[in-house]
Amino acid sequence: MTTVAAILSVRGLYAGYQKLSIIQDISIEIGKGEIVAMVGPNGSGKSTLLKSVVGLVQVFGGDVSFEGRNITGRKPEEIVREGIGYVPQMANVFTKMSVRENIELGASMLDRSGKEEALRRTLALFPSLSPKLREKAGNLSGGERQMVAIGRAMAANPKLLLLDEPTAGVAPIVAEQLFRALLGLRTQGVTVLLVEQNARRALTLAERGIVMTQGRKVYDGPSKDILDDQAIRNLFLGEPRKADAAGGSRHNT
Amino acid sequence: MSSRSPILELKGIRKKFGGVNAVDGVSLDIRQGGVYGLIGPNGSGKSTLFNLVSGLLQPDAGEIRFEGRRIDGLPIRKIFELGISRSFQIPRLFFGMTVFDNLMCAPKGQTGESPISALRSEKWHVQEQVFARSMRALLDELEISGVYLNPASEISGGQMKLLQLAIALATEPKLLLLDEPTAGVAPRIAQDIFLAIEEQRRRTGTTFFIIEHRLDILLEKVDHVFVMHQGKLISEGRPEQVTQDKRVIEAYLGISG
Repeated sequence: MTTVAAILSVRGLYAGYQKLSIIQDISIEIGKGEIVAMVGPNGSGKSTLLKSVVGLVQVFGGDVSFEGRNITGRKPEEIVREGIGYVPQMANVFTKMSVRENIELGASMLDRSGKEEALRRTLALFPSLSPKLREKAGNLSGGERQMVAIGRAMAANPKLLLLDEPTAGVAPIVAEQLFRALLGLRTQGVTVLLVEQNARRALTLAERGIVMTQGRKVYDGPSKDILDDQAIRNLFLGEPRKADAAGGSRHNT
Repeated sequence: MSSRSPILELKGIRKKFGGVNAVDGVSLDIRQGGVYGLIGPNGSGKSTLFNLVSGLLQPDAGEIRFEGRRIDGLPIRKIFELGISRSFQIPRLFFGMTVFDNLMCAPKGQTGESPISALRSEKWHVQEQVFARSMRALLDELEISGVYLNPASEISGGQMKLLQLAIALATEPKLLLLDEPTAGVAPRIAQDIFLAIEEQRRRTGTTFFIIEHRLDILLEKVDHVFVMHQGKLISEGRPEQVTQDKRVIEAYLGISG
């Protein structure tokens, strides 16, 4: 972890809404090309941490730097231009625009061929969107909207991708495709910070896991240790189900 | 279960959006007191089917019966009063109100709703206290009581999902349609949600119809599963039968092994 140069550094961060600091003194370093899974109970501050990186919530203390540049307090559009892609949890597509327009919007700084390329990559990942390119995104199902939002974020070729529950509402087979695509991104040098409630799968994918509770980071290290930790299992993961074998791992090769 | 009469019957339901057959001739029966699952790929028509049953959309063709009575064409409020509630994939809440006040709107038959008794607190005070106690217990059960005085706009996405579920349960419907209740919810709480569903079925005899992609949890808890693909019902039966069905594996589960 320390051998790789950090692409994202969060130091002593306090952030939240109005006067309420949700994030309590968080420091995180993420190395280039890492996949890091962030897990924790509902309301523990995972989404707020992602939002504080992209400038969508107020920062009360501490700082965020990306590739060594301090980006604390900068506007979301400037941060995105630096090379950070972000997929929010809900309301993540422009409902009045078509699927194609939504995806191309993510590539708006690229030329025509860049846009075509972005579209091609999205459709390779989510073939079920192909017949729906001209549909308004508002007519899509919840899971399909999620695919469009991910396609849009990836269209700009971000160096760092922040994903807030990308597989919520997505069919298992598509979720598995997405997880594999994230592994593929790593080989292209893209760094991924992933918030997931599909925690077991996310932690088997990512080598490193962060556990959040009540706005604080309570664990940061190898994912395997989280899966093996009885206290975390009791608190957050619950016991594995018998049907895990029938449902969850069915899709593993 | 088979001895009980269907609480919900769908016959040849169709719904088109533009050129797409979102629901394409679906017929099914749901029996009273059962827990039913509805699974299928994204965009297969599952949420649209729920929108048709709850009256948010009108079918282009077909019949929907609830307790033997035609309900297609009835307004949403009427369908709700007959005993059908639902939750949404993306939570719809009163965002300016607190978590607790959102939930307190849910119970039916509140004396204080009548303009005359609203003026006399002794008429509704005791009833409201009883509701308040049971609503607090429900928030405890779903582990969101810690934020009960927060505005609904200032809780996390997962907590919004849990609040919406609590509201749906608190309306004590005869039939509850849940659209992905565990999406965005922490794994242990996802298991607790299904315990809360079991508990409600035992206590009030509510029938559940649940869309869910978390098959590890769903398939363990439902009596019967329906599978949709491209607007059509392609399979139904007990969970262990459906997961062996070749069409289901191809369309939704993926090739095993």
